[in-house]
Amino acid sequence: MVATVPRARRSWAGWRFVGPFMAVFALVFLAPIAYSIYLSLFRTQLIGGTAFVGADNYLKALADPLFWSAFGNVAVFLVVQVPIMLFLALLVALAIDSGRLYGASFFRIAVFLPYAVPAVVATLMWAFMYGTRFGLVANLSDLLGVRLPDPLSADLILASLGNVVTWEFVGYNMLILYSALRVVNPSLYEAAEIDGASQFRIIVAIKLPALRGALLIATIFSIIGSFQLFNEPAILKNLAPNAITSSFTPNYYAYTLSFAGQQYNYSATVAIVMGVITMIIAYAVQLRGMRKEV
Amino acid sequence: MTITRRRALLAGAALSVSLIATACGSPGDGGQGAAPAQSTSATDQEAALNAGGTITVWAWEPTLKQVVTGFQAKYPKVKVNLVNAGTGDDQYTALQNAIKAGSGVPDVAQIEYYALPQFALSKSVTDLTPFGADKLEGTFTPGPWNSVRSGTGIYGLPMDSGPMALFYNKDVFDKHDIKVPETWEEYIEAARKLHKADPKAYITSDTGDAGFTTSMIWQAGGKPYQVDGTKVAIDFADEGTRKFTAAWQQLISEKLLAPINGWSDEWYKGLGDGTIATLVIGAWMPANFESGVKAASGKWRVAPMPQWESGGKATSENGGSSLAVPEASANKALAYAFMKYAGVDEGVQTRLDAGAFPATTAHLNAAEFKDKKFPYFGDQQVNQVLAEAAAQVVPGWSYLPYQVYANSVFNDSVGKAYISSTTLDDGLKAWQDASVKYGQEQGFSVQ
Repeated sequence: MVATVPRARRSWAGWRFVGPFMAVFALVFLAPIAYSIYLSLFRTQLIGGTAFVGADNYLKALADPLFWSAFGNVAVFLVVQVPIMLFLALLVALAIDSGRLYGASFFRIAVFLPYAVPAVVATLMWAFMYGTRFGLVANLSDLLGVRLPDPLSADLILASLGNVVTWEFVGYNMLILYSALRVVNPSLYEAAEIDGASQFRIIVAIKLPALRGALLIATIFSIIGSFQLFNEPAILKNLAPNAITSSFTPNYYAYTLSFAGQQYNYSATVAIVMGVITMIIAYAVQLRGMRKEV
Repeated sequence: MTITRRRALLAGAALSVSLIATACGSPGDGGQGAAPAQSTSATDQEAALNAGGTITVWAWEPTLKQVVTGFQAKYPKVKVNLVNAGTGDDQYTALQNAIKAGSGVPDVAQIEYYALPQFALSKSVTDLTPFGADKLEGTFTPGPWNSVRSGTGIYGLPMDSGPMALFYNKDVFDKHDIKVPETWEEYIEAARKLHKADPKAYITSDTGDAGFTTSMIWQAGGKPYQVDGTKVAIDFADEGTRKFTAAWQQLISEKLLAPINGWSDEWYKGLGDGTIATLVIGAWMPANFESGVKAASGKWRVAPMPQWESGGKATSENGGSSLAVPEASANKALAYAFMKYAGVDEGVQTRLDAGAFPATTAHLNAAEFKDKKFPYFGDQQVNQVLAEAAAQVVPGWSYLPYQVYANSVFNDSVGKAYISSTTLDDGLKAWQDASVKYGQEQGFSVQ
């Protein structure tokens, strides 16, 4: 069968359609990745110039305590902050979808609004509130006559960051979940009502199963987002220079390496290693999510 | 099949998102070492000034604004873009990246003395000898002049200098009947007395500042950095360093330092309302007081830096900047002409009038300079104290050839001393280790 198809007949018309996409894809996705991999194979020194070092940078990254402590920070962040954020988003989505909320569209936009605030502005705003001398925390301390713990201290900084990120992204995740709820066939609810099912029963039996796919997507986005944590700690570092180290998150570490240390090669390596780890974890979560779906 | 592809795409997306961050930060090595050697005499600079053109100057020093105005009035064909690209480290980061990227590089950049060796070593800034900078020896005081020289090259023109002095809020001192400290022992006593009398007031603020710490060690006679070309030795356990840590540890442990970050809005506010009662800082500070702490006009005074031994006369340099020409500048003759105007010629007086502190011997010794009364400082003749400090700088100090990086990780290690039970000595040891490690990675032979 295969042999009967003449070679000359092969048509390239399809490529003309995907060509523009492929060109842009190659330029903005593949080229940076390829260039980063290329960079990661070299080492540039102030004394001695540039030399090919093969996998040395990778071996160094895998044994680098600063990298792993940065990874540890975002891992804790992921395990604690993401479930809280998704739970809140789920709660809000269900409330808005319940049809019993007065002014549902107002709440929808109000909860979503923080997502429209740039991360830098959001962080600055929270930073002012976190201030123990002039901020909201200071005012509350004065008002209550107690000394509230400093949100910018080394012990609480991760929680404070989690609070900012949760505030920013609950609305975004809510919207993903809410739109998944909107496509549920209303006849299911009618049937449930006829059967005398309670609202709680409807949520457990109809809404949650319908949300599984959307929750999976939201989780994967959140995993990627957590591992990429950068803006928030970078801004807060101005206020908490000692609590947030220059290797607080993997991305911040990569930033310090290249921008303060001129170690572009090692910085590229750290980013690639972190990218691969992110990929593996996101993939594992997705595999697990898929299995449940079957 | 579709599922697999979706998985692959998602996974791919995860990877590429991670990598974009690096891709932005890792441009090629274009724009380096390409500029041809050029020799420009004074007539060439004159010609460039008459021909006119536009140069971009990156600086944060407040008095340069007036200098630019004066310069443009004198040479109407020249347009100077004065850009504040950040203070200190922020600006060096931007500058290093512009240089690495080979575009957006300014023609003149303000670079502090501690940072200049790093730029000189990587040949990112131009050797100014061909422009006649070598003939300026003697024009500047020895400290700043030695700071801009590296080997046979001269990589910047000194703009100001920063011999340290004690700036104190006289109102606060009078109110609590505190004597102006002459030794560090008295300083610590004053800190205790002040904070006890007013729990909201602190002797000074400090949350860990590499420049301040190294300057303090310098005054105490410590010499933690020994640099000989590419051979570097780092030792933060010498006697001078110990003297500093023993004293400062008391202030940290007893919580006598305001936990306010330098140069933040809160810091300026604290200087204005008496929360921060003193600053031990470089002689370039008066201009910053006048522009940033207007609320406290008339309250501050200047005294000599507290001493380690009663009756001693030792100071150190804190900050102080040069102006340098990046190698990638397209208009070096014009850039040098501007620097010369700002650092040697008429510009110096303009800056002095606005409260800056000179690096030029003639201005430093001029009666007009020394006798000037500062209304901000209650008509005190501030420069008498500061000029004296300039003559008492402890000799023999050197910074690392990669001090910019070292300072950027200072708070990772020494910062711990300010927020945990780690001691300053341990923090400095950790900082030393990090600096040694980086030096070795960069090909220096470090001990």
